[in-house]
Parts: sequence; C-alpha cells; structure tokens
Amino acid sequence: MIRLEKRPTPSQAWTWATPVLAVLLTMLAGGLMFALLGKDPVAAIKIIFYDPLFNPQFAAYSRPQLLVKAGPLILIAVGLAMGFRAGIWNIGAEGQYIMGAIFGAAVGLAMYPSDSWMIFPAMVIAGAFGGFLWAMIPAVLKVVFGTNEILVSLLLVYVAEKLMAAMALGPLRNPEGGGFPGSRNFQGYPAASNPELFPNSGMHWGVVAAIIAVIFGYILLSRHLMGYHIRLAGQSPRAARFGGVSPARLVIFCLGFGGALAGLAGIFEVTGPAGQITTSFNTGYGFTAIIVAFLGRLNPIGILLAGLLMALTYIGGELASFMLGLPSAAIQAFQGMLLFFLLGVDVLSNFRIKIGREGHA
Amino acid sequence: MDLSSINWLLLLASLMVAATPILLAGIGELVTERAGVLNLGVEGMMITGAICGFAVATQTGSATLGYLAAALGGAAMSMLFGFLTQFLLSNQVATGLALTLFGLGFSALIGQSFVGVQGIRVEDLNLGPLADIPVLGPVLFQHDAMVYISLLLVAGVWLFLTRTRGGLILRAVGENHDAAHALGYKVVRIRLMAIAFGGACAGLGGAYLSLVRVPQWTQGMTAGAGWIALALVVFASWRPWRVLIGAYLFGGLTVLQLNLQAAGLKVPVEYLAMSPYLITIFVLVIISGRSRASIGAPATLGQSFHATT
Repeated sequence: MIRLEKRPTPSQAWTWATPVLAVLLTMLAGGLMFALLGKDPVAAIKIIFYDPLFNPQFAAYSRPQLLVKAGPLILIAVGLAMGFRAGIWNIGAEGQYIMGAIFGAAVGLAMYPSDSWMIFPAMVIAGAFGGFLWAMIPAVLKVVFGTNEILVSLLLVYVAEKLMAAMALGPLRNPEGGGFPGSRNFQGYPAASNPELFPNSGMHWGVVAAIIAVIFGYILLSRHLMGYHIRLAGQSPRAARFGGVSPARLVIFCLGFGGALAGLAGIFEVTGPAGQITTSFNTGYGFTAIIVAFLGRLNPIGILLAGLLMALTYIGGELASFMLGLPSAAIQAFQGMLLFFLLGVDVLSNFRIKIGREGHA
Repeated sequence: MDLSSINWLLLLASLMVAATPILLAGIGELVTERAGVLNLGVEGMMITGAICGFAVATQTGSATLGYLAAALGGAAMSMLFGFLTQFLLSNQVATGLALTLFGLGFSALIGQSFVGVQGIRVEDLNLGPLADIPVLGPVLFQHDAMVYISLLLVAGVWLFLTRTRGGLILRAVGENHDAAHALGYKVVRIRLMAIAFGGACAGLGGAYLSLVRVPQWTQGMTAGAGWIALALVVFASWRPWRVLIGAYLFGGLTVLQLNLQAAGLKVPVEYLAMSPYLITIFVLVIISGRSRASIGAPATLGQSFHATT
C-alpha cells in the first residue's frame, strides 16, 4: 500500500530536482511517442536536444535562434509567474502579446517614413501599454464584479486574434503591398526596427528586456514588499487579508505587470524576428510561456533556464520535422507532456511517499 | 444590409445545431464541477473527441462508432487529468491548462492525415409526421440524433443530480469532501467517475463539431468552444436546465452573427466573429455580480482532497 504523507514545508531538494526529473520523463515518453510514429526515438531526441547546439552543420544557424525564441518566452513567463504565485491566473498572455504588437506597430506605422530616434522607444512604450490595457480588462472586471479572470483573459485571446486579422487586412495594411494582407515590414524601416545587436548572436532588444525582467522579477519577489505580498497571498490568502494585503491591488498589479511584459514581447517580436503584422503573426508563445513559468518553478532565475530549454525544443522540433519528417504538431504535444510530468512529479516535493501498512504512532 | 434576406426559420433551425457542441461539453463539465473538480481541460478533451470521432467515422463510415470513439477519447484524456489531480494531488487549474495544451498538440498530431478529408454525411433522424408540421417541423424535428441525445442528457443529468441517491452523494462530495469521506463515501472514486463523464461529454461535443457542424477536420477547430462551455456552467449557476438555456441563447447569437455576415452587414467579418467571445465575457460579468455561495458554486470546487485518516 502506497500512502502520501504531507510534508510540513515543501522539500527544497525536490523543488529543484523535479523539473529535471520531468524533463527526463518527457524524453522517455516523447521517445515512445516518436517510436509509435515510426521514427527512431534516440535519433529524434538527439535532434531535438543536442543537434541545435552542437551539430556542426546546423548549430551555426540554430544557436542564434535559441535567444530569438527564448526572449519572448522568458519575458512573458516572468510576468505570468507573479500572478501564478499569488493565485491570479492570467492565461491570456497570447492576447496581450498580440495587442502589444498591434499598439506598438500602429505607433511606428503612423510615423512612417520619419527617421527620428524617438520612434522605436515610443513603439516599445506603446507596446507595453497595449498589453497592459488588454490585461486590465480581466483585472478590472475581477476587482469590480468578481468575474473569473481565467475565462475572461482566455476569451480575450480569440478577440485579439480577430482584431489582429482585421488590422492586417484593414487599417495597418501596407498601402504598397499590392492588396496583400499584412503591414509594412519593419526591417525596411530602420527607425522602427529591432535588428540583431551583434551579428549571428540572436541577441535583440527583446532578449535584453527579458534579462532585465528576470533581474527585476527576482529582486521584486525576494527583496520587495510587493513580492512578499504576492507570496503571502499565494500561500495563505486569509493570512494575507488579515495582514492588510489588498487583493484588488494585487490583482491589478499582477495582471498589469504580466500584460505589460507580454506586450513588450509582442512589440519586440513584430519589429524584429517577425517583421510585420500578419494574420498569422502569433505562434503560441503566450501559451508556451505558461509551461515555461511552471518549469522554472515560478522563480525568475528558474524561468531563465526553462525558457532556454523550451526554446531548444522549438528549434529542435523544427529540425526534427525537417530531418525526420516528424509532424510539427508533435513538438506541441511534447511540450504539453512536459507540463503534465512536471505537475505530476511535483507530488514528491509536497508529499512523502510511504510504502507499507499504515503505521500506528 | 438586407435583413429580409435572412431566412428566420432556417436560423432557428440551425440554432439547435450550433448550440449542441457547447451544450454537450457544458453538461459534462457541470457534473464534474458538482463533484468539486474544476477541469479547465474541456477545450483539450473536445478537440481530442473531434479528431477521434472524425477519424473513426470516416474510416468506418459510421457516425455512431465515431461518437463512441470520441466519447472514449475524451474520457481517456480526462483520466490523465484525473490521475494527476486525484492521486498525485496536482493543482487543478494548472493541470487543466496542461490538458488543453496537450490536447491541442496531440490532436493536431493524429489529425495530420485527415486534413482535407471529406467528412461523412450524418442523416437527420426520421421523426415521421412531426417533421411535417409547418414551422415547428423544420425548427425542432428535422435534426440528427445527437441533438436529441444532448437534450435527453440534460434531462438525465437533472434527474440524476436531484432525484437519485447517487446524485446526492456526488453533490455531497462536491460540497464537503471531508464530511463525505467521514460518511464512508469514496471521494476519489466518485470524482474520477465524474471527471470521466465530463471527458466523455466533451468528446461528444467535439465530435459533433467535426461530424455535423463543420463537418471536416482542421487543426484547432474547436476555437474556444471548450472555454465557452466552461463559462456556460458559471452562467448556469451549476444547474442543468440553465445550461440548456444558456447554450441555446448562445447558439442563437452565433447563428445570428453568421447570418448577418451573409446578409452583408457593413462591418468587417473579423469584428462580427469576435462577438461570441465578447458576449460570453459580457454574460460572465453580469452573472458574477453576486457572491459565490448564492450563485450555487460547489463549496470545494477546485480543492484537492487528501484523506488524512
């Protein structure tokens, strides 16, 4: 008979060991999945996790991609982690990311073809504001009416997607694009573009922002009163209320902060790697960032590592679909599986496993 | 815009078809939530049901087998959630999200070879003379069997929850799992059954999309229907008949929106397509003005149960 015995406090050692264990289990289960698809599992795992970094043929291309993909994931996940810690579930980061891109791009496109140095900073601010504003919808509805923020933030993703399609076909469409949907490409508009800072590094301003967000998030959580309130509210909402923590302020802060960071990720993406607003601009970073936040144990430093790992699975997945003909959706299933295993093995940090008959003390 | 070009009879008739997927998923989730479990993976289970149903139906040519496969697929997905939340005591919100993310990826993976495949034709149920009644006939009595099964399901769930001992036990588990445990009821087992029922219903709802409503397979075709079903349960204050009302209201608005598009309303299609989501949010806001207890949310909704004695 296997029993679970609740630990008084979560085990420190397991807290850091479980993500590693989850990754290993995912590799095993993923290998099994690839085998069922008729692919060599060992080769598939090697292509996903090893080749993007070390294969002499592909690494030169795929190493810079690591930062390109990890940047937005980390930026969004740091913001989400604040809310998740406090028990505030913003799962609509994808929508906030889209709105950031739309707001920022609109500012830049309105200025076209000016070459003032102020354009890019203004776009970044507008992008963060767009994400913030979109996150304020569930936040204000929750504070004023008590509406469930999970459902509202998620439903707003679909609204944002439609809005983006409307923008790409309407107001933001490239007037010189021959009627095709999609905005002007920012790569041809130097004052508003977000190029690589060093050649072949993948480093762009979004990655810089991600690193700043990690440092800022870490300091906020561990050294600042707000961070203390966030942690307190997550562990014991009642104690937090007695301690004078205002739930409304926390909701506004967590959703607003997460939204602003997601908006930043959006504007850096649209001005950099993506280049333009199109009907298919968003690729699910907002959802994958949820996995990144949990994989990083809702801790900014952990999120930095988790974001890099998740970026690796993206690039590795692309490589695997190119090399082995592995369906591109397989990697999405792979990432979902990772979150399952992570949540499952977490039982080890919160409980002791006791085997044998129930003891009598 | 030409409103007279809308065939209002046809609109009313397609209302029931539009409402059926979210009605099925919603009634399943209602049972799960009444047992005290919040499964946010409805979207993932629906899309799994959609591809399982579509795959089996196109291979065998039988809609019944397709629905069966969809229910099994949805229930199997829900058992992943059940195992994690009931035995490994993981957070229900996070696990439900994981189920949705995994379901979307997994369905895209198995559905690859079915993209562009022609769906099967699901015949309308022959209700004899009823179907020939003017006006009422086409609106109410010329649909496929699943439309009526979903109605029976609502009635069945209502009967079960309010008129049977099993329903009483299920609600007791949802209201106070510690008390139910002390009375000797198997909380985990009951919750697992409720989760499986919710998964099977979500699977059916997904299959209805891919077999009747669309009828095709495209990646991510549920497009938020699972989330709307979740909102529906809140709207319904966890009461079966109100799920039905909510689903039909919502179905009506969706159909109206599509008809307005077709009638050439001078608003870009993208803005009209937002309306189902905006309406859902709007309804959630109206509903949530009241306290949690007065709207009938099960008291232990979303809490893990760990037997200490």
